[in-house]
Amino acid sequence: MTDDAIVVEGLEKSYGSVRALRGVDFAARTGSVLGLLGPNGAGKTTAVRILATLLEADGGSARVAGLDVKRDAAALRAKIGLAGQYAAVDENLTGTENLEMVGQLYHMSRADARARAQDLLERFELTDASKRPAKTYSGGMRRRLDLAAALVFRPPVLFLDEPTTGLDPRSRLALWETIEGRVAAGTTVLLTTQYLDEADRLADRIVVIDHGGVIAEGTSDELKAQIGGERLDVVLEDAGEAERAVSALAEMCIEGPSVEGRTVSAPVHTHTGMIAEAVRRLDAAGVGIDDISLHRPTLDDVFIALTGHAAAVEPSGELPVVEEVSA
Amino acid sequence: MSSLALTLSDTLVLARRNLMRIPRQPDLLIAYTIQPVMFVLLFVYVFGGAIDSGPFDYVDFLMPGIIVQSIAFGGFVTALGLSEDVQKGLIDRFRSLPMSRAAVLTGRTFSDVVLNCLSLVVLFAVGFAAGFGFIDATAGEIVLGIVLLLLLGYAFSWIFALVGLFSSTPETANSIGFTLIFPLTFASSVFVPASTMPDGLRQFAEANPFTTVSDAMRSLWLGTPAHTDVWMSFVWCFVLIAVFAPLAVARYRRVAAK
Repeated sequence: MTDDAIVVEGLEKSYGSVRALRGVDFAARTGSVLGLLGPNGAGKTTAVRILATLLEADGGSARVAGLDVKRDAAALRAKIGLAGQYAAVDENLTGTENLEMVGQLYHMSRADARARAQDLLERFELTDASKRPAKTYSGGMRRRLDLAAALVFRPPVLFLDEPTTGLDPRSRLALWETIEGRVAAGTTVLLTTQYLDEADRLADRIVVIDHGGVIAEGTSDELKAQIGGERLDVVLEDAGEAERAVSALAEMCIEGPSVEGRTVSAPVHTHTGMIAEAVRRLDAAGVGIDDISLHRPTLDDVFIALTGHAAAVEPSGELPVVEEVSA
Repeated sequence: MSSLALTLSDTLVLARRNLMRIPRQPDLLIAYTIQPVMFVLLFVYVFGGAIDSGPFDYVDFLMPGIIVQSIAFGGFVTALGLSEDVQKGLIDRFRSLPMSRAAVLTGRTFSDVVLNCLSLVVLFAVGFAAGFGFIDATAGEIVLGIVLLLLLGYAFSWIFALVGLFSSTPETANSIGFTLIFPLTFASSVFVPASTMPDGLRQFAEANPFTTVSDAMRSLWLGTPAHTDVWMSFVWCFVLIAVFAPLAVARYRRVAAK
């Protein structure tokens, strides 16, 4: 489809006997954010490196901005920006010098590269630090400079490989807002992350990968729906009334409520007035309640349901981390 | 722009970047200025009195050799810089840009030439201060010597590029450089005449390209018999470039494609 800025079909890549990608398919519509979600070693970085022309796939095909990543690699490089978990900036150059160098390597004129660098430094709130070597920057400032370097040539497609790994919450939020700004301006973003809240917030569609394969795909809501809708949690005043509460709520639940201590939980079909209905039923049955809440499943729940392990935890016997640079 | 013009422009951008970094890395700046000065002073004044350098004052014998050693090691900054770029992920940034693939390496080796010119100025200054003087050398011979030195430095930049690309950290590059290549400069006529060495070592020293180049420099600057040393030195440099530049480029492709 021509509306897709990124199209990946049957992508395969092995490192020796380790199969980092075993036939991965996904696509990202132009102007959208695709979240590539998975634990360390799932194959996210390998996929990004192939799409950014840094690595050749063993099999399958990939097109970015209408160009084949292998055949048209040279032309493609003028249309992509890459920012990653390494924050690849030259520590001994200042912020200004880093961005001017990148601009000149995109073959912008010196004056254009300089103007663009000033513009980006201002936008990323790095103007005050622009004349200091990047080694004096905080982690958040380096990430911002790295992201600015990826944006120098206004690329229509942006690859962000775990852009907020290791950042403090404030810097993360600031980076998210910047990314949202780029997307609003029409940029297509492929974002890899192991943080579910990040994918939840930024991604229009999410592809969950594990052990080199796609295990689920959809919008955040679709993925959550796959493991059931919302869950009603009721905390009772008295654990002894649990049985009465269960029978009072049974009719409105998808399956029988479970009881744990004073808490009665059950999956429910979402509809307006549901909490009021639950309160009425419990009140009619004479059950006293301390607290009542609707719990929407998080992507964490999705991930655990799909893979049997939490997203951020690397299970034992996992593939070696493919992000390693040198042999 | 044609691809050659692009390669040239990218090379200059990256060479400029490499040079801008130098004043901000005090350890490197010391390596290029104070270290050669120390070597000259140590050898001239500490060992010089005990070394039999034949018909020459030791400072005259030493300077061509020590300049050869310093310039050959000028490319060391390339080994450090490249391994750092790989380690820090800058190579990924460069490879994702629509720039010449060769420029990362040609930019490095080119900036080394500029740094070697700086080293030469420092070495000449300390040499002349310590009493060095050209003997029977025409202006053409002096210039030819400088050209040979810069070419040797350029050839060694490619060797060090390969060292840097095989090293996972700058520290590794450092130890490879100083355990494998540094001793080579001592087993040669850089510091003492090879004829004073015991059998075995002497034959090794005579076959050592550092001896060939040092003797060539002495024939150009001190008027010693040239034999085949001068043109053999140029051959050595071109052979080293012809062997190590393709090896470094091939290694760069592999490292960058991880």
